[in-house]
Amino acid sequence: MTDMQETVVFQRPETLEDTYTNYCPGCTHGTIHRLIAEVIDELGIRERTIGVAPVGCSVFIYNYQNVDFAVAAHGRAPAMATGIKRVQPDKVVFTYQGDGDLAAIGTNEILHAASRGENITVIFVNNATYGMTGGQMAPTTLPGQKTTSSPSGRDVEIQGWPMRVAELLAPLPGVSYSVRRSIHDPRHINNAKKAIRTAFRAQLDGMGLALVEILSACPTNWHLTPVAALEWLAKHMLPYYPVGDYKISEGLQ
Amino acid sequence: MTKQLWKGNEAVAEAAIRAGCEAYFGYPITPQTELLEYMSWRMPQVGRVFLQAESEVGAINMVYGAACAGRRVMSSSSSPGVSLMMEGLSYIAASDVPAVLVNVMRGGPGLGNIHPAQSDYFQAVKFGGHGDYHPIVLAPASVQEAIELTALSFDLAEKYRHVVIEVLDGSIGQMMEPAEMPEMQPVRLERPAWALTGATERPKNVISSIRIDSEGLEAHNLHLQDKLAHIRGCEVRYKEYWLDDADLVLVAYGTAGRIALSAIRQARAEGLRVGLLRPVTLYPFPTERLARLAKQAQAFLVVEMSAGQMLEDVRLAVEGRAPVRFYGRMGGAVPMPDEIFEVVRGLCYALRPPKPSGNGHHPARRPQPEDPGPQGAD
Amino acid sequence: MNKQTEIIVSGFGGQGALFAGQLLAYAGMDEGKHVTWIPSYGPEIRGGTAHCITIISDEEIGSPFVRRPAAAIVLNQPSLEKYGPLVRPGGVLIIGGAFGEEHVSRSDIREIRVPAQEIANALGNTRLANVVCLGALLAATKVLPLEALERALANHLPERHRHLLPANKEALRRGAIFVPDQELAA
Repeated sequence: MTDMQETVVFQRPETLEDTYTNYCPGCTHGTIHRLIAEVIDELGIRERTIGVAPVGCSVFIYNYQNVDFAVAAHGRAPAMATGIKRVQPDKVVFTYQGDGDLAAIGTNEILHAASRGENITVIFVNNATYGMTGGQMAPTTLPGQKTTSSPSGRDVEIQGWPMRVAELLAPLPGVSYSVRRSIHDPRHINNAKKAIRTAFRAQLDGMGLALVEILSACPTNWHLTPVAALEWLAKHMLPYYPVGDYKISEGLQ
Repeated sequence: MTKQLWKGNEAVAEAAIRAGCEAYFGYPITPQTELLEYMSWRMPQVGRVFLQAESEVGAINMVYGAACAGRRVMSSSSSPGVSLMMEGLSYIAASDVPAVLVNVMRGGPGLGNIHPAQSDYFQAVKFGGHGDYHPIVLAPASVQEAIELTALSFDLAEKYRHVVIEVLDGSIGQMMEPAEMPEMQPVRLERPAWALTGATERPKNVISSIRIDSEGLEAHNLHLQDKLAHIRGCEVRYKEYWLDDADLVLVAYGTAGRIALSAIRQARAEGLRVGLLRPVTLYPFPTERLARLAKQAQAFLVVEMSAGQMLEDVRLAVEGRAPVRFYGRMGGAVPMPDEIFEVVRGLCYALRPPKPSGNGHHPARRPQPEDPGPQGAD
Repeated sequence: MNKQTEIIVSGFGGQGALFAGQLLAYAGMDEGKHVTWIPSYGPEIRGGTAHCITIISDEEIGSPFVRRPAAAIVLNQPSLEKYGPLVRPGGVLIIGGAFGEEHVSRSDIREIRVPAQEIANALGNTRLANVVCLGALLAATKVLPLEALERALANHLPERHRHLLPANKEALRRGAIFVPDQELAA
């Protein structure tokens, strides 16, 4: 005689929509979306969270997250989030931005939102390329990395050096939290989730702008298989973009 | 309420606050800076949001965000700054959210100068941003009208969930006139159903301007065009002066409109049959009224502080039924009443050559109708 | 008097030209007239020559700008050179000091040279020269009664200058009595 009992050990977060995604096989946006959804569920803030989507592959994040969403103009998500948050400080506002969006066209907006200490959460996805437009050189493209607009590889003499955003923002007094994480293996994924939770907690505690930079894979534009892309990330991106905590305000320790 | 002497820029700021504006985002630029400065102390005083942005790009996207939250929100700038806002305005128009922008126009192109101009007509009326849309464009000619149109801007923006641009030229922003301020309206507390306020006990709201399939985007464009057609049908506003018997109809808006009025008074005193149509809405444009006038008047004279931008809309309305002439100054230069008067007199004489009289060169004086004052269509 | 009077006030930044024009506008408004006041604006108000145009009218004012004003107050030589020739025939030019001695007087307008600086200094405040000139302007043009301007001063003098109200009123009066009555003089 058996007394069968079902125990739920894994399920879709309420914040994650039950739908198909537009992302390519092996793309890690989906993983990051899920981590955010889990954190929002766990913090119990779904009904008062407003996301701001970027321009780029993740422009459709609003299809996958069951929270209110706005889609910003390219790079302007921190300004738009500022407007949303300033008129309703009781809401939880986060931007989700890629490297072209945040670190090229939107540097002015992110720097000043950080400088003002806007009480928002920024999830910054760095995959070292422009995904949506087909793999051009991004501000975070590595030296020597070949892209459709740097076909001989990024030449730092001509195109300059890749930008390290987590380190760049950390010294600003308005920034409460600035860290880099990666999602190339389960251990790093778990650590990324913890950082995302901290970044939302910082906002709930009113501490200022919190940023999590997440190294992410783009197998399609890197011309690699999904597995090889994760290996490439670990081998080539991690040395230039070390995972680490660049700023953790006292209250968040 | 008694009249007080108000500077145009400050009057617009106070009028916006009294109309229930909950948030202002802006960036300093002459000649609109007094508006931003006024907001910087007055908005916190009444418990509302003021934020000086890092740029006009930042400001308009903050406006976009607050508008998505269902708030009455505005920004203000002047020509070069408004150029930077065109991206944001296109997104706002595409997203069906209400927002108000005040452009205190100055001389251009480029950095130009800080003197009054009307050379942003095309940018405002013909959509300076990308895509098919027109903002609603309002053009006051006095401080009092600027106050009234500021309140109207918020109402129209919300009624149509659309962008409203109020264009002042620098002189209306800078001048002082006696004006009456309306009572303070309470801030509206309930939020529109579409607003991004958090998905509490309702499905999530999404505000986006992306529509990836062409059928979907075309359908959305058709919706926007329907909205604009409705606006064209309902919201045309203009003022008329001495049009009943006018051979020559001047068309001018804002400061150029009131300068034209001075010239027309002088012309009327000489017995010349001249009238003025002053558009108050530049979009929608008083096309039908002009088309009717084209059957009555013998000629039109458009006066602008530009190279002739509204001129094109007047010609489209008149459809070749009468000659449309132009007089304009550019680069921050303002036409003086006597300049316009000389042009008016020349045109009137061409239309009705003066009959030789005793002294041989003075036109016969005709009895004058009483100044009918402004006659609005609003 | 015409139904409409346009007055240009011009001087160096800090001489109070813009404020003098504003006082006229306030006084005109309080008298139930239509008024406009428009300044030159921008960098020039920070040290260069600043001017403003005040229009006082019985009817709705069209243009706030004017090429040939009915009256002008000039507080420095560049302003005299620029606006002196522009005053309409039959108009009034108040020259507020001893500058521009080589200026050739016009016979088609009424020119009044007022030792505004001396009068202001005698009142103990050199910055009252603009108000002295206002007094002279009112006496010469009769565009508004002196009392209207006194009320405007009382109502609109900035808080930090409130203690100077009696001196301002006195400056106005001395400017006015400096102007000989035209009818008597004639």
